[in-house]
Amino acid sequence: MKRSNKPIFWSLFGAGGMLSALIGPMLVFLTVVAVPLGLVSKQTMDYPRALAFAQSGIGKLALLVVISLFLFHGMHRLYHTLHDFGVHIGPGAKALCHGLAILGTLVAAYLLFKLGWA
Amino acid sequence: MSARQTYTRPVAGWWRRNPFYRAYIVREMTCVAVIAYALELLVGLGRLVRGPETFEAWLTSLARPWPIFLNCVALLLIAYHAWTWFEVMPKTLPFISVGGRRVPDRAIVASGAIAAVIASLLLLLAFLYL
Repeated sequence: MKRSNKPIFWSLFGAGGMLSALIGPMLVFLTVVAVPLGLVSKQTMDYPRALAFAQSGIGKLALLVVISLFLFHGMHRLYHTLHDFGVHIGPGAKALCHGLAILGTLVAAYLLFKLGWA
Repeated sequence: MSARQTYTRPVAGWWRRNPFYRAYIVREMTCVAVIAYALELLVGLGRLVRGPETFEAWLTSLARPWPIFLNCVALLLIAYHAWTWFEVMPKTLPFISVGGRRVPDRAIVASGAIAAVIASLLLLLAFLYL
């Protein structure tokens, strides 16, 4: 019998959901609301600090995990929500949803690799 | 032989009729904000690779009214996602028992919310001071 790939994608959905529930609101507030509005010092996310973070091992891991798991969580949920709206899109679109999450992960990994190590 | 004309019950708008269904759809649509934020980070990372001017220009572009407005909406949706995520945890987790007694639902929801507050405070401290 062919094994289902459902447990893999459901686990990634769950991991992404948990991570975004634990730190999502604070992460969004700090990086794309507080920094642009100047509620915190610009230096917290200026080029030198962002580069140093993305060139460190822990920073690379954090960025890859957040981008990848958020995408797997979101794309999995989007696929099921389209079904709720009466859009019966079938296995092709399911592969596309998960494929886009995989593509995003690979792009993030490539960019982090390209940035090099400090 | 012609294709059979089977009746399909229309599903458009089913969720607007009941507040419970509306809340469900809002919860499911929070995924759009989660995806958008991941893509936003990915774009920022791409800008970081291209150098200081490009990265600073990206940061400046985030301060325009529309990006600020959309990111505030994303913030609200992700906060709603976080709340609903912990709210359904008693149903999504296997039964947990301590000392032979099942842990009550309220305790599971509260532990999730407390864990989120602690994780967020640690993130805030790391972001500002590390």
